[in-house]
Amino acid sequence: MAKQMTSKRPRDAKKTLRRLARYLGGHKAALALVAVMVVMSGLANVVGTYLLKPVINEFIVPGDIPGLARAVAAMAVMYAVGALCTLGYNQLMVRTAQKIIAQIRGDLFARTQKLPLAYFDARTHGELMSSFTNDVDTVTEALNNSFTLLIQSFVVVTGTIVMLIVLDARLSAIVIAFLAAMLAFILYNGRRGRKFYAQQQKYLASLNGFVEEMVAGQKVEKVFNHEQTDFEEFCRRNEALREAGTKAAGYAGMMVPTVVSLSYVNYAVSACVGGLFVLIGLTDIGSLSSYLVFVRQSAMPLNQLTQQANFLMSALSGAERIFAMMDEEPEVDEGDVTLVRVREGSDGTMTEAPEYTGRFAWKCPGESGPTLVPLRGDVRFHDVVFGYTPGKKILDGVSLYAKPGQEIAFVGSTGAGKTTIINLITRFYEIQGGSITYDGIDLRRIRKDDLRRSLSVVVQDTHLFTGTILENIRYGRLTATDDDVRAAARLANADSFIRRLPDGYDTMISGDGDNLSQGQR
Amino acid sequence: MELIRRFGGYLHKYRAHAAGAVVCVVVEMALELLIPLIMADLVDIGVANGDTAFIFRQGAWMCACAVAALVLGVASARLVAACGNGLAAEIRKAEYAKVQSFSFANRDRFRTESLVTRLTTDVTTIQNAVVTGLRPGVRGPCMMVMSIFMGFVINPKLAVIFVVAAPVLAVLLWQIVTRVRPLYTRMQSAIDQVNRVVQENLTAVRIVKAYVRGDYENEKFAAVNGELREVSTRSFATAVLNMPAMQFVMYATILCILWIGGGMIQTGELQAGKLTGFLSYVLQVLNSLMMISNVFLQLTRAGASAQRIAEVLDEPLDLTDERARDVRVEHGSVRFDHVSFQYRAGAENFVLSDVTLDIAAGETVGIIGGTGSSKSTLVQLIPRLYEATKGTVYVDGRPVQEYPLAHLRDAIAMVLQKNTLFSGTVRDNLRWGKAGATDEEIAEACRVACVDEFIGRLDNGLDTDLGQGGVNVSGGQKQRLCIARAVLKKPKVLILDDSTSAVDMVTEAKLRRGLAECLPDTTKIIIAQRISSVMHADKIVVLSDGRVDAVGDHWSLMETNEIYRDIYQSQQEGAGL
Repeated sequence: MAKQMTSKRPRDAKKTLRRLARYLGGHKAALALVAVMVVMSGLANVVGTYLLKPVINEFIVPGDIPGLARAVAAMAVMYAVGALCTLGYNQLMVRTAQKIIAQIRGDLFARTQKLPLAYFDARTHGELMSSFTNDVDTVTEALNNSFTLLIQSFVVVTGTIVMLIVLDARLSAIVIAFLAAMLAFILYNGRRGRKFYAQQQKYLASLNGFVEEMVAGQKVEKVFNHEQTDFEEFCRRNEALREAGTKAAGYAGMMVPTVVSLSYVNYAVSACVGGLFVLIGLTDIGSLSSYLVFVRQSAMPLNQLTQQANFLMSALSGAERIFAMMDEEPEVDEGDVTLVRVREGSDGTMTEAPEYTGRFAWKCPGESGPTLVPLRGDVRFHDVVFGYTPGKKILDGVSLYAKPGQEIAFVGSTGAGKTTIINLITRFYEIQGGSITYDGIDLRRIRKDDLRRSLSVVVQDTHLFTGTILENIRYGRLTATDDDVRAAARLANADSFIRRLPDGYDTMISGDGDNLSQGQR
Repeated sequence: MELIRRFGGYLHKYRAHAAGAVVCVVVEMALELLIPLIMADLVDIGVANGDTAFIFRQGAWMCACAVAALVLGVASARLVAACGNGLAAEIRKAEYAKVQSFSFANRDRFRTESLVTRLTTDVTTIQNAVVTGLRPGVRGPCMMVMSIFMGFVINPKLAVIFVVAAPVLAVLLWQIVTRVRPLYTRMQSAIDQVNRVVQENLTAVRIVKAYVRGDYENEKFAAVNGELREVSTRSFATAVLNMPAMQFVMYATILCILWIGGGMIQTGELQAGKLTGFLSYVLQVLNSLMMISNVFLQLTRAGASAQRIAEVLDEPLDLTDERARDVRVEHGSVRFDHVSFQYRAGAENFVLSDVTLDIAAGETVGIIGGTGSSKSTLVQLIPRLYEATKGTVYVDGRPVQEYPLAHLRDAIAMVLQKNTLFSGTVRDNLRWGKAGATDEEIAEACRVACVDEFIGRLDNGLDTDLGQGGVNVSGGQKQRLCIARAVLKKPKVLILDDSTSAVDMVTEAKLRRGLAECLPDTTKIIIAQRISSVMHADKIVVLSDGRVDAVGDHWSLMETNEIYRDIYQSQQEGAGL
């Protein structure tokens, strides 16, 4: 099962962004407030640093103590506002991000409930789970940090560049050239790094798949003394991942030192040229010194900016996969026949009843008002044609019928299509030819939920959910009382073994009922 | 801290890498500190004196430093990468080996998904902490020490401010970190809950749809989703407090220095130029504290993962080979001597109580009984998948504990009720029974297990890929493949735990005959629901509520045993329809 390669780039960034924006849209006010506070906090930081020099030169050096007091007080106010803004935007952003993410997760889950069975059968659990874990995670990370950091570094980068141009337009040409070179390097490195990253993801998926399968099948492994062989295979994959991971991390780690070194060269060149400018009288030493301070500061925010952009990119591709899953065709349900509770009058006519009567009927809307057809359980197949994959027919022209109350046993050697027939009656899958009727009504006219509610299907794969035994039995009817459950258990001959479990009815069943035997389920 | 020491042990092979990385980072940092000094000379001496040659020489030096820093930086990145990935690989290996040594009882204490997470995501978290944390982890403290030192050199009196500011910030950050730690643990388990609900819905999608429980599942999901939202909001909201805390302290310090420093300049204790230099060191100190706190936060997250891994590594193994002697299973007789069993020490009831049973070598024994009569538990004691709580299980007259575990399980083949096939071809799966099995051996096992009936219908015969968990074959086909796999072992004792439930009766009879012919001397123990599966056995054991109710052949049990008769009759009725 080759796990789908997780690409880091979204295919259609704009479309995904629009979609994501719709989720963000519900929190417009909060996000706007966050943006404002980010800008204010960033400005307080930059302006505060910038003001240090004038404060020293104008108040401290001349010895103007009251002036210094005023300046310090003014700066204190500004700093306080800045720090409060930092506090505010961080808190607000975290809360908003978690709200949005919970909403996305909920929507994704609700959508999986509506997808047709064929969708699940065609994909591995790992693939589907990965949307809930990895993809949602990257979006969370991006919302938590990237949004604010991106605004902040953008403010700082533009602010610094503007400052440089203001201080010395000619010298700033050097800096801008270097910044452009750094940007080019970062982009180039990012593109090349993706190859290594993809390699690492491939080996990671291969190792995870192996671990998942072996841990799940561990009991069989033990029975066959197969540990040694599996361990060797594990070590092989583990080693492959280690090598790929080392390459990827080594490559990614080059980014920061390279940018830092480039910024030092930039610093050196600016200083030399600036020095020459001073010598030929184009500028003075004081201006050069403060100019150089800004040159030194210019590289880091650029680095941060691109790093956040990368995070955002992978978050977008995660969001794209999430949205793709949300956009899957849901199970279509064009049925208009519903199941209703009825009461039978003395003359044999039925009327709809609001309360539980123990009697049910199909309500079929017609031109002359709805008609009620009693639920009897008469299922007929007429020349049904079906296959799971196109071109490979499992059923070809099958006709059969089950009269109400009849128990039909499907006999056939294993793999002859018994489960398939059940899959068709419940409409887990759609037939490709012929028709199926239920109490004389075409199956396709009946609403799926009502159809399934009327059939009690014991599915071939029995599955239990985590929770106590009591809760699991109650899955059949959620309103059952504890006593009802016990009665049901006695009917199914399960009461005695349940009472011998460590905690009786309150025993926790975990992981698909690993601790129960097949019959006990 | 304890965890760090413990997991540090796995770094053993990569110690040189780690040391190299630290050295590279420190030297790189020293170069970075050197560059501003060269710069100062360039401006103060070169430019001031109009010495062009000096300016260019200093510029060249700076470039040289930059290149050296580049080389060191890249080298440290490579070394750190090797170190982090190596550490992760070693931890994974140790953990996987430990999980492999788990007994069934150990395994029952961990959910499958949880073990998988502990082997994958949790290890990755630790790896990331090392790869991204080492550089700031080394730089932070070094920067701090050097900057404080420089501060004292410039003006010891003003530097006292460090002594106040640094501890205040350290205490604040420490408060945040200690508060976040338990929250991260809670967040991790909230994530587990969400994953669990999703996973269960994927596995049981048919049930959810058949019972029309979509809305109920949505509600269930909404509950765990809400919990996750709340816990992660709290975790992150606490974690991001470090930024404003740092700003408050930093800004306050700057203002104090301006005010106090300003006063000192008036009295001539300090020069204006020095004040600027001093301020930049203050910023450096606080910045490095910030770096350190980030590393701590990351370590906290990694710590939660490390804790979960440690739980796996520390799980005491309850099956050991310590009583094993160099003996082999020769014949395959089995005896239970007053055996009782419970899954958890101190549980109220015994699952098996006082079972005494004698099975001769080569015999075919059927075990029958209602659901929950502990049939599976009984046979799992033979290959020591579980250990009897009281009493002793003997094979060939020796307690099972005296055989080396690997040999015991080689001699006893067991087809579990919950069959698992693995991804790979049919042939790969069958070779689990015997690693180097020849085509003839495989063909024979397939014939005995009636696999030959359908193998021709699979796309590629023996080379058909089964897919994960054997999704490409039906239930009955899967069961027969599992039997063939066990037959290949040519065991002394063969245990079939309800392994023919999905196989039709004609095939089952054929299978039974095949087993008798192919493995005449093997003791065969067959657990079944259907009387027809066991009625031909030499001996039938009737279990009821964990006790042996009766032992005998079909005819004597029909006469004397009520439970057996009941089961027989209920199944006859079914057949009569």
